[in-house]
Amino acid sequence: MQEKELIPYLYRTEFRKITAVLCRSLGIEHISIAEDLVGDTFLLAAETWGLKGIPQNPAAWLYTVAKNKAKDLLKRNTLFSQKISPQIQYATYDKNEIEIDLSVQNIQDSQLQMMFAICYPGIPPEAQIGLSLRILCSFSIDEIADAFLTNKETINKRLYRAKEKLKQDNVKIELPSENEIDKRIENVLTTLYLLFNEGYYSSNNNAVLRKDLCLEAMRLTHMLTENETTNKPAVTALLALMCFHASRFEARVDSDGELILYEDQDISLWNRELILQGERYLNKASTGDYLSKYHWEAAIAYWHTTTNNEKQKWEKILSLYNQLLITEYSPIAALNRTYALSKVYGNEEAIVEAEKLKLDNNHLYHCLLGELYSEVDIQKAIEHLLQALKISRVAADKKVIKNKISKLGKLKNV
Amino acid sequence: MNEFALIFRNDFHPETGYSPNKLQEIMQQWQVWMGNMASKGQLANSGTRLGGDGKAIKPSNVVTNGPYAEIKEMITGIIVVKAGDINEATEIAKGCPILNAGGSVEVRNIIPIGAN
Repeated sequence: MQEKELIPYLYRTEFRKITAVLCRSLGIEHISIAEDLVGDTFLLAAETWGLKGIPQNPAAWLYTVAKNKAKDLLKRNTLFSQKISPQIQYATYDKNEIEIDLSVQNIQDSQLQMMFAICYPGIPPEAQIGLSLRILCSFSIDEIADAFLTNKETINKRLYRAKEKLKQDNVKIELPSENEIDKRIENVLTTLYLLFNEGYYSSNNNAVLRKDLCLEAMRLTHMLTENETTNKPAVTALLALMCFHASRFEARVDSDGELILYEDQDISLWNRELILQGERYLNKASTGDYLSKYHWEAAIAYWHTTTNNEKQKWEKILSLYNQLLITEYSPIAALNRTYALSKVYGNEEAIVEAEKLKLDNNHLYHCLLGELYSEVDIQKAIEHLLQALKISRVAADKKVIKNKISKLGKLKNV
Repeated sequence: MNEFALIFRNDFHPETGYSPNKLQEIMQQWQVWMGNMASKGQLANSGTRLGGDGKAIKPSNVVTNGPYAEIKEMITGIIVVKAGDINEATEIAKGCPILNAGGSVEVRNIIPIGAN
């Protein structure tokens, strides 16, 4: 890997590991210091590696530098007394023996505990998600702003307030108690789900499929299943969902990096191993007395991986979408459900229902109507697709829409 | 948006006399109807289905089996929908599959918590 690609790659994978360990060492009140420190480490890497070349073990280089920077910071008395609260100044740290443990186990533990510290009910959900993306997923402020369709300033303010609140409430970096875990884990799962989607339905124009993000989301989710306290059925269901989606990684982009729609995919490229893995997780998730939305979504994703009975498949998918929507409404679920409805009851009936959804500002709504109308009224189909093109912000989606329009245009002229 | 309760009434055992296929079809109609509502964000609460076992408790702790004057009148379930007004809620209720199976739907406005 070249330096140009290596540093962003390492930033994505290592920033959050080092930050989590430093947060745990320094305490929740010093998240920003930990972030800055790791940020400085990467800056130094960019400068040094550009001049001297890439070290043999770049991650170890980063760990060493970050560790030394943390030690220096703690040793510098002035800064120490200004920024680090006096009670931990001498109690916790012997200035000559500061231990910053960057072992695999401590990185894992620190991240797991940080997940729960950040997903603290005292701060608003969008701040929990934002902070998780920053600390646990190494997202830049720009990327978080993109994910929330807002600007940098808003995110900076939101994260600042969240960190202040964590400090003020003296939130402990530890796993929640048994009776709190169910409530707290919901936020963690929402964040991991968003992270996966950010990779899977990337809004980044330069990379259609940010596989790394999906794999990171899967890794974090998997981490929750490895710990007895956090290994809940909803977690396993989410992991099953991710496996089923990820099984189509290779089939959903062509050699030019363009998106291939589900209907047009080469089924032989679906990853059987991941599908089986997903089935194993879904079976494991079928315990307890509560079905999360991830159970419904995983079941829907499971049926999408089947190919032997189209009629049964779409009836099941429709039925599961009905139940998902009854559990929790979302525009995307409503659109997908209407597509399933067309597969079971035909396009005309689905159009009637689709037109009642009133999602005019959603480009996927117009894509759906374009799809449904394409066998009924080509002119109308094209109108909807043009509207979708007008409001879509995702380059990969725009390409798919353009292809569809040109296909329909040719049909019309025949 | 206001909330309205849809109260379903039908026979004591509406499922008797139906073949398994017919039952399956009815279940599917309900699901699609509920799904249609849910996909428009009109479903406030998917409510609950009620069984046939019932007791009625009257003043002085008089307990009787089943409160039903007429078996047709039994409440079989309740859901809560969101609608602009009662006419809109009534339009929603018109699609209810119970109407094809000899039952009826009652639409009632819900008084918000805290209202006098």
